[in-house]
Amino acid sequence: MAAKRLPDTPEIRERWGSFAWTKDNAAEARKVVDRYPPGRQQSAVIPLLDLAQRQIGAETNTQGWLPIPVIEYVAAFLDMPKIRAYEVATFYTMFNLVPVGRHHVQVCGTTPCMLRGSDDVLAACYVRGMKKGHTTGDGLFTLTEVECLGVCANAPMVQINDENYEDLTFDSMTAILDALAAGQAPKPGPQVERQTSAPEGGPTTLQAMVKENHDYRGEW
Amino acid sequence: MLADKDRIFTNLYGYQSWELKAAEKRGDWDDTRGLMARGQDAIIEEIKASGLRGRGGAGFPTGMKWSFMPKEPKPGKPNFLVINADESEPGSCKDREIIRHDPHKLIEGALIAGYAMRARAGYIYIRGEFIQEAWRLEAAVQEAYDAGLLGKNAAKSGYDFDLFVHRGAGAYICGEETAMLESLEGKKGQPRLKPPFPAGAGLYGCPTTVNNVESIAVVPTILRRGASWFAGIGREKNEGTKLFQISGHVNRPCVVEDAMGVPFRELIDRHAGGIRGGWDNLLAVIPGGSSVPLVPAAQIIDAPMDFDGLKDLGSGLGTAAVIVMDKSTDVVKAISRISYFYKHESCGQCTPCREGTGWMWRVMERLVTGDAEIHEIDALWDVTKQVEGHTICALGDAAAWPIQGLIRHFRPEIERRIEERRGRTLEAAE
Repeated sequence: MAAKRLPDTPEIRERWGSFAWTKDNAAEARKVVDRYPPGRQQSAVIPLLDLAQRQIGAETNTQGWLPIPVIEYVAAFLDMPKIRAYEVATFYTMFNLVPVGRHHVQVCGTTPCMLRGSDDVLAACYVRGMKKGHTTGDGLFTLTEVECLGVCANAPMVQINDENYEDLTFDSMTAILDALAAGQAPKPGPQVERQTSAPEGGPTTLQAMVKENHDYRGEW
Repeated sequence: MLADKDRIFTNLYGYQSWELKAAEKRGDWDDTRGLMARGQDAIIEEIKASGLRGRGGAGFPTGMKWSFMPKEPKPGKPNFLVINADESEPGSCKDREIIRHDPHKLIEGALIAGYAMRARAGYIYIRGEFIQEAWRLEAAVQEAYDAGLLGKNAAKSGYDFDLFVHRGAGAYICGEETAMLESLEGKKGQPRLKPPFPAGAGLYGCPTTVNNVESIAVVPTILRRGASWFAGIGREKNEGTKLFQISGHVNRPCVVEDAMGVPFRELIDRHAGGIRGGWDNLLAVIPGGSSVPLVPAAQIIDAPMDFDGLKDLGSGLGTAAVIVMDKSTDVVKAISRISYFYKHESCGQCTPCREGTGWMWRVMERLVTGDAEIHEIDALWDVTKQVEGHTICALGDAAAWPIQGLIRHFRPEIERRIEERRGRTLEAAE
């Protein structure tokens, strides 16, 4: 979630100043750095900021966020100037610059979703007391309207933490939020009777693939 | 109609497993070594002959792009292949299907393309929001490594090629090739000036080719079936098959592979169950993703869906992301929402785009309610012309074109709203 400026207070520095990778994440971080040529470790800054955000998410039972000492930790880990890491953390929308709730409800509002009813999806969020850019009082939900998430043939859709929920209506979105609030894991993907991005009612092509892993080479 | 046997992405809908064993059974990784043994230049010639044009939107001939890469990389300056999986153009959702259901087509294509352009390594830059998709792709790449299909002596070809998955973190602009390279280097995704072009100085200053996922994933099948097979589908200079992504006001939105040049009506009737409310209810179509101008119903119904067919209508095929709008659409609002998108995604580097996208969106919002003067339509047109062509990358153009398309085709509707509101204001004053 965006912020007007990077929050930098003594409390944040006190709370997060001693951030360090967990043992697993330290190994993962080294693995990520190895994907790039020697001396080009700065290339790993986006994956490592994501890893750090996830570590904080696990620690705080939220989607996670990036306190300023954590951004600086990643910069030091990659031996790059802090300012370059601040730039990256503030440029990319998936880095949360302020704390978020347990579930980060990211409703796509761009035109293809708008045409298929993303306003209804947002309405289902408002009914539960969510407000764009805010976290509910119980810390359960943060609502953000995001730009196109690339699932347009299954519009409207929402991404909640790591899962997509597609082909939504007001009712199915309400059911998903109810399930999450109850601590359940609703089924991701299309919320109507439909195989991924095939047309509803069954595919108009490649029907042989429905039942078996068909090899078309014999027909070439 | 394109026969199923001529479709490349046979597991497009994920009815079957994406894993290596299942992919091999469908024909992937079948004698890849033999394909590579034809030689680097022969592969490039074959792709040129197939007529394949880049599937990421611009439609540049893929084989020619590869031929720009140095044939003998200098020491310390290896060639790189970067695969653009930053699918973010509103309306586009095809690369996602390739990645999550047919990832081995992409990985095999990466090895062959990387070999042809003498690349030592490839990076697949996947948008950050494709979380499950990135995990799937990483798993598929690992499978390929474990089976000896990547890395040293990849697929027993004698060629060493490494392939890495790199996740972004949310920025439409990183789909622009030089912004992608900046982002891969661990910086803000702000486009570079060209020249130098990436084939001269790209990733880490080394020769680099950036290709779309679909362009790379079709390569192995083209080589297996021959350039003439691919070139025999579609129209001249618009050859081959294409993944169409149909969204908006159709009865059954979907992603589907069909022949280039398929008429719009046939595409929609056959695969998407027709227009919601029937063909008389069609208002307009954005045929290639949000950055191409919309086309009114009457012009598009019988148009061939390919690069040149849509260019003739003042629009473009783009990524073949077909956004359909029926007569219930508030078309000014639909375009204004696109303007908001570009305002949100402008990287802030060039003044005309940084300031212009916000300015254009604010005027668009007033046009939605009619809270404007007639001459402001002309002022808006004028501003779109000042943004277009005056920025480092094409995001400025992409923000300008949808508005130009709206004014070109729906000016009477915009004027009607302004006059209607003025009428209401006068009434209230009396």
